[in-house]
Amino acid sequence: MTDIPLLSLTIFLPLLSAFVILLIKEDENSLNNIKNVAFWTSVGVFLISLLIWLQFDNTKPGYQFEEKFRWFSDFNFYYHIGIDGISLFMVILSTFLTPLCILASWESIKKRVKEYMLAFLFLETVMIGMFASIDILLFYIFFEAVLIPMYLIIGIWGGDRRIYASFKFFLYTLLGSVLMLIAIVVIYQLTNSMSIEELQGNYFTTNVQLYLWLAFFASFAVKIPMWPFHTWLPDAHVEAPTAGSVILAGVLLKMGGYGFIRFSLGMLPEASEYFAPMIMTLSIIAVIYTSLVALAQTDIKKLIAYSSVAHMGLVTIGIFAVNSQGLEGAMIQMISHGVVSGALFLCVGVIYDRMHTRDINFYGGLVNRMPIYATVFMIFMLGSVGLPGTSGFIGEFLVIVGAFKYSSIVVIGAASGIVLSAVYMLYLYKRIIFGVIENEKLKEISDLNLREKSILIPLAIAVIVIGIFPNIFLDPMRLPIELIISNYEIANGK
Amino acid sequence: MENNLINIFFVPEVSLAILAIACLMYGLFSKNNSFNKATNFATLSLIFISFLVYFDFTTNFALFENFFSNTAFTKFFKILTILGAAASLIISKNYFIDTKINRFEIPTLLLFSTLGMMLMISSKNLMMMYLAIELQSLSLYVVASIKRNSLESAESGVKYFILGALSSGILLYGFSLVYGFTGQTSFDGIYISLSQLDKLPIGLVFGLVFILVGLAFKVSAVPFHMWTPDVYEGAPTSITAFFAIVPKLAAIALIFRFCLEPFNNFYFEWSQVIFFLSLASMFLGAIAAIAQKSIKRLLAYSSIGHVGYVLIALVAASDQGIRSVSIYMFIYLIMNVSVFAILLSLKKSDKYVEKIDQLSGLSKTNPVVSVSLAIIMLSMAGIPPFIGFFGKFYIFIAAIESQQYILAILGVLASVISAFYYLRIIKGMYFDEAIEGENFDFTINNQAKAILLILLFIITFFIFYPSLLTGIVSGISLI
Repeated sequence: MTDIPLLSLTIFLPLLSAFVILLIKEDENSLNNIKNVAFWTSVGVFLISLLIWLQFDNTKPGYQFEEKFRWFSDFNFYYHIGIDGISLFMVILSTFLTPLCILASWESIKKRVKEYMLAFLFLETVMIGMFASIDILLFYIFFEAVLIPMYLIIGIWGGDRRIYASFKFFLYTLLGSVLMLIAIVVIYQLTNSMSIEELQGNYFTTNVQLYLWLAFFASFAVKIPMWPFHTWLPDAHVEAPTAGSVILAGVLLKMGGYGFIRFSLGMLPEASEYFAPMIMTLSIIAVIYTSLVALAQTDIKKLIAYSSVAHMGLVTIGIFAVNSQGLEGAMIQMISHGVVSGALFLCVGVIYDRMHTRDINFYGGLVNRMPIYATVFMIFMLGSVGLPGTSGFIGEFLVIVGAFKYSSIVVIGAASGIVLSAVYMLYLYKRIIFGVIENEKLKEISDLNLREKSILIPLAIAVIVIGIFPNIFLDPMRLPIELIISNYEIANGK
Repeated sequence: MENNLINIFFVPEVSLAILAIACLMYGLFSKNNSFNKATNFATLSLIFISFLVYFDFTTNFALFENFFSNTAFTKFFKILTILGAAASLIISKNYFIDTKINRFEIPTLLLFSTLGMMLMISSKNLMMMYLAIELQSLSLYVVASIKRNSLESAESGVKYFILGALSSGILLYGFSLVYGFTGQTSFDGIYISLSQLDKLPIGLVFGLVFILVGLAFKVSAVPFHMWTPDVYEGAPTSITAFFAIVPKLAAIALIFRFCLEPFNNFYFEWSQVIFFLSLASMFLGAIAAIAQKSIKRLLAYSSIGHVGYVLIALVAASDQGIRSVSIYMFIYLIMNVSVFAILLSLKKSDKYVEKIDQLSGLSKTNPVVSVSLAIIMLSMAGIPPFIGFFGKFYIFIAAIESQQYILAILGVLASVISAFYYLRIIKGMYFDEAIEGENFDFTINNQAKAILLILLFIITFFIFYPSLLTGIVSGISLI
C-alpha cells in the first residue's frame, strides 16, 4: 500500500481537469486541446483505477483504501470513502467507459465541445464518488448530482425530443431519490451513524425496516429501472447522444443494483426477505414484457434500451435470491451489461454518425460493406444474448443457478426472458447486418475507422475476458458477498 | 456597563435611527448626485451597524423597559437582515440609476425599514412588535410605488398597502384579544399568565390565530400570499430584490419567536395552523410557479415555497429547528442576492430581462453568466452538491427529529415539483436556440460583481467545508 490517496485521486482528478478546461478559451485552435485534456485525464484515471485493482487484497471482506475526514461539525457525517470487492468493479466500469465515451464523441459532437467535456468529467467524478462512498450522505449527494450533467447532456446534445426526455429523466429520478433522503435522515436519527460499513447488519426493527426499504426501493427501482418504473429510460436513451446513452446504460443503471445490494440487502435484511416475492414478480414481468416490447421496436436504440430493462430484471432476480451464485451472477451481469450495452450503443452510434437514422428498416446487408463492424457487433450481440464464452453467459448462468435455489417458478420466467433476448437480438442482427444491400444510400457506407476500432475493440476484448476468466472478477467480490449473505441469513433466522 | 448617554449610541437600533435621519439630511442637502451619495452613506451605515450588532456592546442593558430581547438567535438574524439590506442596495444601485428612479429617498426609506426589521426581530412585547412591523411596512409601501409614473408600480404599491393594512388590522385585533384575556403585553408576561392555564380559552385561540394570520401575511405564507406575486412583478426589480431578500428574514424570525416564546406551552394549538400554512405554501409555491412566464413572478412563488420549508422547522419546534431555520435563511439570503444581482444587470436589446423566454440563447453569448444562473437555480431546487440542498437537508433533519414525517415526505415531493420550474430557466438558457438580432448586455458594477463572485463561490464550494456555517449556528437557540 502506498500513502497516496489513490481513491480520492480517481474521484477528484476529473474535477480538477474540468477546472483546467474551464480556463481554456474555446475557439478553433483550442478545440483539440480541450478534447485531449479530457481524454488523457480519463485515461489517467482509468490507469489509477487499474492500479487500485492491482493493489486490491482479495482476502479481506471489508473496505480497503479507506479515507476518513470529519465533514460536518455538528453531525457525524464524514468524508469517508473506500472500496470493497463490490464497488471495485463499479468504479472500474466507470473509469473504463468514460474515456471511450469521450473518444466516441470526438467527431460527432460539434457544438459546445467545452461544455460537453466539462459535463463528462463532472459526471465521472460523481459516478466514481458514488460507488466509493462509505458515508451515506456522501453517497446521496453523488447519487443526485449525477442528474445535473446527465440532464445537460440529454438536453443540449440530444435528439429532437431532447427537452421532453431530459425533463422526464430528471424529474422521474429525482422523485425516486428524494424519498431516499428522508430514509437517510431517519436512519441517522435512529442510529446516529451515517456509515454504510457500520450499519451492515440488522439494526432496525422490522416495522421500521419495511418503511425504509420502500423509500430506498422508490429510488433504486426508478434508477435500475424496474418495470413499471422504466418509462423514462427509453425516452432518455433514444434522445441522448451516443456517449450519453453509453454512460446511462453502462453505469447509471448500475447505481440501482448497487444500491439494492448495499442498502436493501445489507441494512434491511428482514424487509428484503419480506419484499423479495414482489421484486421477483416485478422482475419476471420486466424480463418477459420488455423483451416482447423490444421485439416490436423499429428504432435500434429503443430496442437496446428495452433490452436493458430486461437484463436489469435478471440482475434484481439475482440480488434478491440472496445466495452466493445469485449475487455473484447479478454482479457479473451488471458488469457485463455495462460493457455490452455500452458497446451496442456505440455500435448504433457508428452507423448513426454515417446515415443519421436509427430506423432498423433503413439498414440491411451491412456485412457486405462493413465486415469489421459486423464482427464486433456480433460479439456484443452474442454477449447480450448470453452465448457461452462471452460475459453475458456467466452472469445469466449464475443468476439462473441462484434463482433455482430460491424458486423454480422464478427460473421459468427468467429463462424464458433469456430465450426472448436471443430472439430480438438475433432478429435485430439479421435485419441490420445480413442480406443484400437494398438501400442505395448504404452502398457508400465505410467500415470502422481507426478511432472507432480503438473504441470497440477494447470493449470486445472485455466481453471475452469476462466470459473466459470470470474468476478474476469473482475472486475480489466473493468475501464481501459472503458477508452480506451471512448477515442476511442471521437476520432472517436461516 | 452603566446606562449612561454615551453607551446608548452603541445600541445598534438607536445608532441606525440616527444614521437614517442623517442619511435623509445628507441626501436632502447634497446638491447633485444625491442618490449616489445617500446610497453609499446608507451602505456604509449598514455595514457599521452590522459590526455593532456583532460585537454587541450592550448586552447588559435593560433596553426599552424590557421590550427588547437580545440573544444569539436575534443577533444572527439581525446580521443577516443588515447584510441583506446592504447587499441589495449595492446590487441594485446601477438599476436605479439606469431606470431613472435614483431618488435619495430610497436608501433612506430602506434604512428606516431595516430599522423596523431589527426591532421586529428583537421585539419582546406586543406593542413593540406592532410598532416595528408598521415602521418596516410603511417604508416599504412607499418604496413599492416609488416609480410614480408607472402604472404597475403604483398598482403594486397600493395593493401592498391595502393588504398590508388589512393584515395589520387583523394582527392588532389579535393583540387586543390576547391582552384582554391575559392582561399582559410582554412575551414573558403572556407566557407566565398562560402557564397557569391547562387549555387555551376560546378568545385566546382566536387571538392567537389572528396574530398568526397577520404574521403569515408578512412572511407571505399561503393562503395569505396573494400580494406577493403582484408586488414582486409590479415593483421595480431593484425593489423586488429588497422585498425578496430582507423583510422575509425579519418576519420569519418574528413568527418563530412569537410561537416559541409566549405560546410555547400551547404547541398543539398553533402548530396546526403552521402545519397547514407550511404544506399549502410548499405546494402552491411549487405548482403555481410552473405556469409563470415572468421571472419575477416565478421568484415570488419560489419564495412562497421557501417559506413553506422554513415553517416545517417551526412545526418541529426544537433546538435543531432553530438551527435549521438559521441555516436555511442564510442560504435563502445568499441565493436570492445572487439571483437578483444577475437579473439586475442583465439586459437584452436594451431592456432588462424579465421573462423566462427572453433568456433563450444566453449560454451562447454569456457562458459565465448562464453557468452562474444555472448553479443558483439548481441550488434553489435543492439539488446537491450546491448549497441549497443543505438548507433543505437541515430542515428535514429537524422535521424527522420531531417525528414530523408527513411534513418531511410531502416537503420532498413538493421540492420535486418545484425542481421543474427551476429547470425551465436552465432549459431557456441552454436548450432553446437564440433569437437572431437580439444581444445580451451584462453590465455590473465592481462591488456587485465582488458580492456575486463571493456568493457563487459559497454556493458552489460550501460542500467542501460545511462546518464554517454549521459551526456558527451551532450555538444558536432562542434563549
